[in-house]
Amino acid sequence: MKADKEIKKKRMRLSLPPEEYMHSGHLACQGCGATLAMRYALKALGPRTALSIPACCWSVIDGPFPYSSLSIPIFHCAFETAAVSAAGLKAGLEMVGDKETTVVAWAGDGGTFDIGIQALSGVAERNDNIIYVCYDNEAYMNTGIQRSSATPYGAWTTTTPVKHYKNRPKKDIDAIMAAHRIPYLATANISYPEDLYRKVRKAKDIKGTRFIHIYTPCPTGWKTRPEDTIKLGKLAVQTCIFPLYEVEDGSTWKINIKPRDKKPVKDYLRLQGRFRHLNEEAISFIQEEVDKKWARLLKYEEVSPL
Amino acid sequence: MRKVIMGNHALSYGAMLSRVQVIAAYPITPQTQVVELLSEMCADKVLDAQFIKVESEHSAMAACLGASLAGARTFTATSAQGLALMHELLHWASGGRLPVVLGNINRAMAPGWSIWSDQNDSLSQRDTGWVQFYCGSNQEVLDSVIQAFKVAEKLHIPAMIILDAFSLSHTYEVVEVPEQEKVDEYLPPFQPKFRLTPDDPHAFGGLTSPDHYLELRYKLQKDMEKAPALIEETGQEFQELFGRKLGLVDPYQCDDAEIILVTSGTAGYTACVAVDHFRQQGLKVGNLRIRTFRPFPFEIVRDILSQAKKVAVVDRNISYGHHGIFYQEIKSALYGHSPVPVFGYITGLGGRDITLDTFRQIIEETQKNDAPSERISWIGVKK
Amino acid sequence: MKKQEPTPKIDFKSEKDMPLAPYSLGLMLHNFTGAWRNIRPEINLKECIQCGICWKFCPDTAIYIENEYPVIDYTYCKGCGLCAEECPTKCITMVEEEK
Repeated sequence: MKADKEIKKKRMRLSLPPEEYMHSGHLACQGCGATLAMRYALKALGPRTALSIPACCWSVIDGPFPYSSLSIPIFHCAFETAAVSAAGLKAGLEMVGDKETTVVAWAGDGGTFDIGIQALSGVAERNDNIIYVCYDNEAYMNTGIQRSSATPYGAWTTTTPVKHYKNRPKKDIDAIMAAHRIPYLATANISYPEDLYRKVRKAKDIKGTRFIHIYTPCPTGWKTRPEDTIKLGKLAVQTCIFPLYEVEDGSTWKINIKPRDKKPVKDYLRLQGRFRHLNEEAISFIQEEVDKKWARLLKYEEVSPL
Repeated sequence: MRKVIMGNHALSYGAMLSRVQVIAAYPITPQTQVVELLSEMCADKVLDAQFIKVESEHSAMAACLGASLAGARTFTATSAQGLALMHELLHWASGGRLPVVLGNINRAMAPGWSIWSDQNDSLSQRDTGWVQFYCGSNQEVLDSVIQAFKVAEKLHIPAMIILDAFSLSHTYEVVEVPEQEKVDEYLPPFQPKFRLTPDDPHAFGGLTSPDHYLELRYKLQKDMEKAPALIEETGQEFQELFGRKLGLVDPYQCDDAEIILVTSGTAGYTACVAVDHFRQQGLKVGNLRIRTFRPFPFEIVRDILSQAKKVAVVDRNISYGHHGIFYQEIKSALYGHSPVPVFGYITGLGGRDITLDTFRQIIEETQKNDAPSERISWIGVKK
Repeated sequence: MKKQEPTPKIDFKSEKDMPLAPYSLGLMLHNFTGAWRNIRPEINLKECIQCGICWKFCPDTAIYIENEYPVIDYTYCKGCGLCAEECPTKCITMVEEEK
């Protein structure tokens, strides 16, 4: 009874707004990172938001006709068209008198790095007034774990079997997007929801094309335990495999988290079945590549604005 | 106001008078002037529209779909390879019930590269669920855009305005450009039955199980079946306001004709010259120009053609391994209704001119034979 | 943040009841994903420091807050175990479901 009284006087501490726009009953796998990304992003975007979602996990997660898991309108669009569908939607809304709604393209890595890159590049070059979010689970998870150009070096997928694991690095989509000199670009991670929230809020108040690249673990595709999703996200930042940074106007780099003691990539890789086959040599190669990329990022920040 | 304009600009004026709100387009010969003029109209604020200058036709249609879903009146134009690139999204437009209007300049498909006219580009999109109007004059192009929006928006089905490369797209003709107020009277603002807005959030086009898909497609077909009557009705209304008829078909001298030509596009007007020529020589020829290809106007086609002794279908297109595409439609329209023999001719592919002489050959061959050959009759092939 | 009420299933008796285009008419809250669960999280509130971390990291929006404490909504909780893993005081334990 005494404990009960103590309970009442203390308020629950919430680091994010309590409003939910993503509701239960959705079809995501247990421990899905993509779902957390949506939940946080919508908290930042608020109710006056519209989404275009191409073929990706989220076109299934949302639920089948005649249902949806979001209390935000969605245009389920063609695979290649997330960015430009959003741009069309924005133009249409403006022409019917709605100038306020934030229009967000919400696509997976396949829909961004691969099949959607042309439309995305077009939108970014025109600086169309949309936010583009890529939730990156590093393969075609919806179709059953096939490699994409976002799949990292060394990973097993169903099209890169262990004997022929992926031997090319992950495409640097952020560098490509920065080269478009869009007003705002950020990387984010579901294990750092407050940082993610801040970045989406910031993006919301900027005009033009804004690109947010969110790291979203996929227990099903990565062969990880569902309960490790947050741990993996933190390790991705602590190992510098997926650094958190922002780029403004394609010229000013700002790194948000610089780990004091960089953890070895091995700590990250060993939690994931998709990397189980890698020998020491392959792991040290990955370490070298990560180190080089991190050093380059530090340089970018140092010489900013470019 | 009367203006001397090219067919492409007739499309632009049609779109302007329809007060389109969003345009997304990509350049392709021979369509380019359509969007050049529209971009000028937007820049000069003659037209209050947003023009999204996309990086491909695929993106053009995608942007149109987004805009249309938001409830805006939406227009694009393309040709041949561009239309083929849009193909996936043409299904998206009809399945999503988004009444986008598209101008397509008939151009032959590569390879070899051809910028000249034939109908295989638009006819390859036959089954995408779009209304298709084939035009024969620049006036008809302009008028058709306005009527197309009226039909498309009423049914929530997209519509395509189709005109021949160069012989219409780049050919200048006198066109009556109607007054804006009268067009406004004919075509009120787009009032969609549903639209995407945060005020009433829905998810559009999500995963649809076998439990529901069949019904949704049934509804699309049922509404498509309403189009012929609606085209006649809106065509009648157009005539009352503007004095020009816009029907499903355009028959010429068919009433007492022994041989009826079936044509489309600009060949449909050349055919009328041929009809006059042969009638002077005492041969009763008529011409039925098909304006609406989808939905196919079965009833009216059947009524007109079953009175003839012979029918000669002129196709500027081919379905490889079968026959001309209009030919197939005509056969199917008459099957079980009329024993009139149907002769099929293929000519004019890749922009080869269809001239009076082409029709002379077609009419002579049709006259000469009692029954059509099993094989395709090609006109103009150098053998 | 509040407990979500289930929404009804939508049954179309005929095509006439269906919208023109496939668009949603309700939320997925009729879909009780709690049925997917093999292990269930149980919170020992005595150890709970009300940090909100379990609420924050729930991918299924299946933890709500009542009287300033987290409550697991077993109607929807899929049993991923993220809340238990991330709880700083380890006051959430995953318990085998009895089926």
